[in-house]
Amino acid sequence: MASVTFKNVFKNYGDVEVIKDFTLEVEDKEFIIFVGPSGCGKSTNLRMLAGLEEITAGEILIGDRVVNDVPPKDRDIAMVFQSYALYPHMTVYDNMAFGLKLRKTPKDEITRRVNEAAEILGITELLQRKPKALSGGQRQRVAVGRAIVREPAVFLMDEPLSNLDAKLRVSARAEISKLHQRLQTTFIYVTHDQVEAMTMADRIVVLHAGILQQADSPRNLYNFPHNIFVAGFIGSPSMNFFDATLVKEEQKMYLDSGDFRIEVPSDKMETYKAYIGKQVIFGIRPEDVHVPQYAPVDITPAPISGSIEIVELLGSELILFVNAGSNSFVAKVDTRYEVKPGDSVDLVCNMKNMHIFDKETELAVR
Amino acid sequence: MQTTESHPSHNDTGGMAALISRIALAVITPLIIFYALYQGFLFLRDGDSPKWAMTLIAIIWGVGGVAALYWVFNWLVEMLPLAWMQRLQPFVFVGPALAILTWYLAFPALRTFWISLFDRGGPPEQFLATFTSWPPDSWVGLQNYTSIFSERLMRETFRNNLMWIVFGSSFSVAFGLLIAILADRSRWEKVAKSLIFLPMAISFVGAGVIWNFMYEVRPSSVPQIGLVNAIVVALGGEAHPWPAYTAISPWNNLYLIVIVVWLQVGFSMVLFSAALKGIPEELKEAGRVDGAGEMRILSGIMIPYIRGTIITVWTTIVIFTLKIFDVVWVMTGGQFGTEVIATQFYRQSFVARNPGYGSAIAIILLIAVIPVGIYNLRQFQDREVF
Repeated sequence: MASVTFKNVFKNYGDVEVIKDFTLEVEDKEFIIFVGPSGCGKSTNLRMLAGLEEITAGEILIGDRVVNDVPPKDRDIAMVFQSYALYPHMTVYDNMAFGLKLRKTPKDEITRRVNEAAEILGITELLQRKPKALSGGQRQRVAVGRAIVREPAVFLMDEPLSNLDAKLRVSARAEISKLHQRLQTTFIYVTHDQVEAMTMADRIVVLHAGILQQADSPRNLYNFPHNIFVAGFIGSPSMNFFDATLVKEEQKMYLDSGDFRIEVPSDKMETYKAYIGKQVIFGIRPEDVHVPQYAPVDITPAPISGSIEIVELLGSELILFVNAGSNSFVAKVDTRYEVKPGDSVDLVCNMKNMHIFDKETELAVR
Repeated sequence: MQTTESHPSHNDTGGMAALISRIALAVITPLIIFYALYQGFLFLRDGDSPKWAMTLIAIIWGVGGVAALYWVFNWLVEMLPLAWMQRLQPFVFVGPALAILTWYLAFPALRTFWISLFDRGGPPEQFLATFTSWPPDSWVGLQNYTSIFSERLMRETFRNNLMWIVFGSSFSVAFGLLIAILADRSRWEKVAKSLIFLPMAISFVGAGVIWNFMYEVRPSSVPQIGLVNAIVVALGGEAHPWPAYTAISPWNNLYLIVIVVWLQVGFSMVLFSAALKGIPEELKEAGRVDGAGEMRILSGIMIPYIRGTIITVWTTIVIFTLKIFDVVWVMTGGQFGTEVIATQFYRQSFVARNPGYGSAIAIILLIAVIPVGIYNLRQFQDREVF
């Protein structure tokens, strides 16, 4: 159990800057998830923390110890790899016991810990098997088990679920969450899957091009994205963005995109008044676009119309791809709504959940 | 040669005529092919055209002839009903190889065994005559084998071969592995590996000649051209002839074994190097996070991972050293207690003109190689990738 601190960490491969000035404080027992598109540096961060990658500049602390020059084996960490990296020539038991044997743990202690971990993960009957005789899900459990028995201060996981099929991934997600509650240890987890991030994390760290975009709770990340990247990355389908000008006429504020004009709720006028007459980016999530007759009662509606291009019915939700002049947007609406491509539709945006971003800095205006 | 009947036709008035012509075709076509091939053979044997023309014709005749045979037999098999076609078709392709193996390997082995049951007189010329006047004068039964295992020289031979197997294979494997591991971490990997692989291209006889120079001795008044003596002299020692090492037989065998190690290290290094590169990086990283040092990762993860390759290389070199002949023959001719099975076989068969005894030695060598060979093949087949 320990906190983890990244202090102005940089990582270069030759001339390529992979991590730029990364600073983050992870509290003890926190479940942190690094998320971002491939190549954003999330795995590099994890590997630097594990000691598998050198740090170009800055400091990484585990607890209050600077670990920049501490070899992996002395960092008191355990890691679950994407490929699981089980030792193919060892049985499941030996795979789990390997780290403990190296640390000269007494034999009966090893047996106790391995059996305990195997029981938690439900792999007791597999202990004498070799990895090649296991299924993907079982291998994943063994890889987690190998990390658990070490009782590390920090638990690192590098996309541990990406090799599982979709169904297994859902149950594995729940199990990892349970495991975190049970072990009460710091978890740092890397994924490119925002669903994993949203469902498991205490705090999500969004990375893009080696730069920290936002580190926040899943709820805040979704509701108050810090910039356009985070707004577009979190949520599925992604947030709709429109170029618009903020105009004020007769005590009312409008977003004018050229094709349509949307009124800004009066309680937000104060926030945006510095941008009057300027180009901004207006963002609205597909789930905040409604069909008027099925719209919830507590929204602040603003009409928007267009013609339907594509209709995708997913059973529990209906996704519309709508063309509105030079812009097109996506709406996630009530499935009772019956519509077909080519139809003209009048929809409403819930302006309570609108987002405005500065066109230059791409930062959210609040 | 093609006729309209070559394809099964169903609308013929005379189905019988079609059947007959098909059978005739099935017989005639192979005959024509064989005749053509035989004429080619005669032409090549008796021809006096320029060399290059003969070579060209031989290539065309050989390759084309084989292709024609395959084609014809395949065509014949495909005319059969489906069930029979599926049964026979594999043999069209495997058959020739099996036939050649039988003729060139199985028969000679059996014949060698047969010869080994006779004394230097050899078996009677007529195979059947052996049984009409049993036992033939030269028949000795298994006596050649009993004397092989009781003669002092042969025991020395077996001891030497054992040394070859043990030291030759373990040194080749150990050095090959060591170099592969070290080269893997070096900036000079390609250069180092190329240099170490070079001797692989040298024939064993050539290597023997080279190493004869290595051990060369000159009177102390002139410069030493032998590298080993040159080093000894440079270090202030006395140049001496290496046959003097007969005094320390059997260890003089190591002077010969080192040559084969020199030749074979490249082979084992290349295979190990490829195997080492096949180890997933994450596996080593998992070891590091688990708390293993570099030595422990090597011994506990990497070497077990490439165990299959190690066994394959090891057994290949064991088979190889069991059969060692050229190096010994060139370097010492088997003197000074360096005789091995293969040189004994040669000496008995062709120098001492006792083919019976020589054949018995060959059979023993064969029997010694077979289990290693089978194990080696198993390893190849069982190679599983996790």
